[in-house]
Parts: sequence; structure tokens; C-alpha cells
Amino acid sequence: MAEGVAVSDAMAVERTLGGDRDAYRVLVERHSRTVYRMAYRMTGNAHDAEEVVQESFLRAYQKLKQFAGNANFGTWVYRIAANYAIDRIRQRNAEEARREKPSKGGQDSLEVDPLSQVQDVSPSPERLAGSAQLAERMKSALAELSPAERTAIVMRHWDGCGIEEIAMVLKSNSNATKNTVFRAVQKLRRALTPFLEGKEARAMGKEG
Amino acid sequence: MTHRTEEELIGYRDGEAKEREVIAAHLKECGECREELARIEAVFGALDAMPIPDPGDDYEERVWQRIAPRLDEQKSRWWEAYFVPQRLVAFGGVVALVILAFVAGRITQRPAPIGDQADAAKVRERVLVVAVGEHLGRTEMVLMELENAPEQKGQKTINISETERRAEDLVEENRLYRQTALKEGDRAMVGTLDELERVLLDIANSPEEVTPAAFETIRKRIEAQGILFKVRVVKQGLDERKVNPEAKPAENQAKVTERKKV
Repeated sequence: MAEGVAVSDAMAVERTLGGDRDAYRVLVERHSRTVYRMAYRMTGNAHDAEEVVQESFLRAYQKLKQFAGNANFGTWVYRIAANYAIDRIRQRNAEEARREKPSKGGQDSLEVDPLSQVQDVSPSPERLAGSAQLAERMKSALAELSPAERTAIVMRHWDGCGIEEIAMVLKSNSNATKNTVFRAVQKLRRALTPFLEGKEARAMGKEG
Repeated sequence: MTHRTEEELIGYRDGEAKEREVIAAHLKECGECREELARIEAVFGALDAMPIPDPGDDYEERVWQRIAPRLDEQKSRWWEAYFVPQRLVAFGGVVALVILAFVAGRITQRPAPIGDQADAAKVRERVLVVAVGEHLGRTEMVLMELENAPEQKGQKTINISETERRAEDLVEENRLYRQTALKEGDRAMVGTLDELERVLLDIANSPEEVTPAAFETIRKRIEAQGILFKVRVVKQGLDERKVNPEAKPAENQAKVTERKKV
């Protein structure tokens, strides 16, 4: 994050703590989309993602005094959201396990197969034909990951978070976290290999 | 030539510094490892291709509109209620009943054990009753502290950080009981504990300094959830169990009766 933004975040935090609620609005508007993207990737559906965003900003507001400017606000609220998202995934997984056969056709498909919402997204032109199938495969592959693995891959790959930062969210250490990232990639690879194999030769051409 | 492992290549792709130059040099020489790396790269390519639905240009505004009213709620929402003694007692009762209900749920859900299993089950049951009893005791203490808090009139804010911290601990405990209920397949209890968790979380997440305000929100929420009713039904089973430890729980009795009819 740019230093300028971080500085004005700090000012917004100060003003919020001073009773200026609109200052918090600035922080919400500045960071909610980033948090949403992470939350969507974590939970796999827009409904849960939106709840994660709202709850995270509410929690951040309530704990703002504890924030005390130790890190930049964006990183802090992101971390709160990641923690909340993990809890939510775990809770959902437990409920699904209890239902035994969740699969499709449940009463609330949002909860049963969160990643099924991915197909709502707008298609990307020419690549659609192949990528639709790939996205399907990826949906189920991601859903098969453990909450920690999913968190690790989302934070590491999409958001470029450092291992230490991920470890903090996972309440783990660096080595274990590296392993978690590795396991996540490995599992995704196993799940996608049959589909990707046909395309690799072409992808390889770029590598030389 | 010794090939690099999948883990090394994933680490390399991830920017891992360890043996980076050695691996880079190896990749220059080894076509097989380059192919392997390309296969790994394809996985990341597939990840990148995962679309995210656009929440809309006005998303940030919508988030603000949704949370802004709740910021005010959070400041005053739950805590004022606890400073109204009769309502505090009512709420404390709900919490106590929910926890008692869990014990009853555990007991009523458990199939009649035989032989050694019976003893083991009794021990487990006993341990659980004690554990939940302690949890209940702590919950009551938190609530009693709030009840006995000094007169709040004229006071703009009250520091409740210590109580809040303890509520956080209760949330953790509550989650453990919920997990156990989940293992037992006690859906009703899981639902009830979920509701209790939300109540405790609201307490735990309240600001350290709070202002006195509306209790009606709590009361209505509890009423809307029908939590008292659910809790009373299960508690009845517990009461029967306390009077006669060998008695079949109400729910099981109902099933037995049904079977006899058939």
C-alpha cells in the first residue's frame, strides 16, 4: 500500500477515535473492496463474502483503540477479515459434515456449495470455452482444501501476503505455514492435472 | 541428473530464497524440470483465471450504508441491558437455560450404553456436566458483576473491558460445547449454541467504553429466536433426568412409545 494512503488512514483512524464517524467511512470505502475480494476467494460465495466484509469493519471499529497505529489499517482489517472468514468456513464445513451428504439440491445452495456461485460471474471473452470447465474444476478443488490451506493460498497467491503474515492469521509458525502453502498447491495440482495436461504443451512453449 | 522435487519447484516459483540460484541453474540444464515447473505454473494460471463477481461500482457505499447504523448499535446495543437488573436476570436465565439445555441435549441424545460402555458413558456424562456447570458458573458471574455494577445514571460511559474479556473466554468455551453437540449430531443444540454464541460475541465485541441504551433490541432478538422456548423444552428433559437418572429422556421415550404402537 502506498505510504500516502497509509498516512491518511492513520489520520482517519485518529479522527474516528476522536468521534468523527465520517472518518471511518473513508476507511470503509478505501478498503472494503480489497477485503471483499479476499473474502470471496476464501468463502467462495458473494453472500458470505459480504457478511465477512461487514462484520470485519464492525469489529475493526469496535477494536479501533487496540489498533493503536501499529500497522496500517488496511493490513489490520484484512487480517481481521481473514480470521473471521476462517471461522466462517470452519463453521460451514462442520455443518456440512453434519448434514452428511451436502452436495447440490440442498435447501440453501449458497451454504451447501459456496463455490457454485462462481458461475454467476461475467464471462471472459475467448478464453471462456476452456476456462469455464477449468473454473468448475477449480471450484471443487478449492472447496476440498482445508480452511488453513485455503487461507494460505488466497493470502499468498492472490494477495501476495508474506509467510509471517499468513502464519499470524493461521496462528502457526513460518515453516508450518510454508508447508501449508505447499500442500495447498499440491492438492490443487492433483485435482487439476487431468484437465491441465492437455493444455500444458502450449503453455510450455512460452517457457522455452 | 537429479531432478528437483515438486516442493522445491513450488518453493522456487513462490520466491523461496533457499537454493534459489542452484535451482535456477538446474532449470537451465534440465528440460524435465522445466516441464514440471510449467505444469506447476499452469495451476497458478488456473487460479488467476478464477473470476470474482463484481460487487458493483457502489459496493463501498453499500457496505457503509449497511454498517453505519450498526456502529451506533454496537456502541450502546447490548450493554445497557445488563444494567437493568430485572432484565439482566432474565437474560442471565436465558444463558443459564441454554447451557443447561446443552447438558440435557447431551443426555437425551445419548443411546443407552451397555456393560463397560455404560460406565464410560456415565463418566463422560459426569465430566461434561461438571464442565458445563463450571461454564455456567462463570457465565453467571459475568452477568452478576454487570448486575451489581454501580448506578449508571448520569454516567456517560462505563468501562467494561474486563467483563468483555471474560465474555470472549465464554465464547471459546461455548464453541467447544457446540463442537461436541455437532459430533453428537444434535442439530437443535448446535442451533441453540449458535444463537448463544452470537449473543456472547456481541458482548465480547462491544467497545470497552459503552454508553447506556436500548435493551429492547436484545429482548426482541431473543423473543424472535424463540430461544427461551427451545431451551425450556430441553430443560424439561434434564429436570426429569435429575429426578430419575435412569429415566429415558423425553424424546427417546416418545420414540419407544411410537415403536410400541407399531
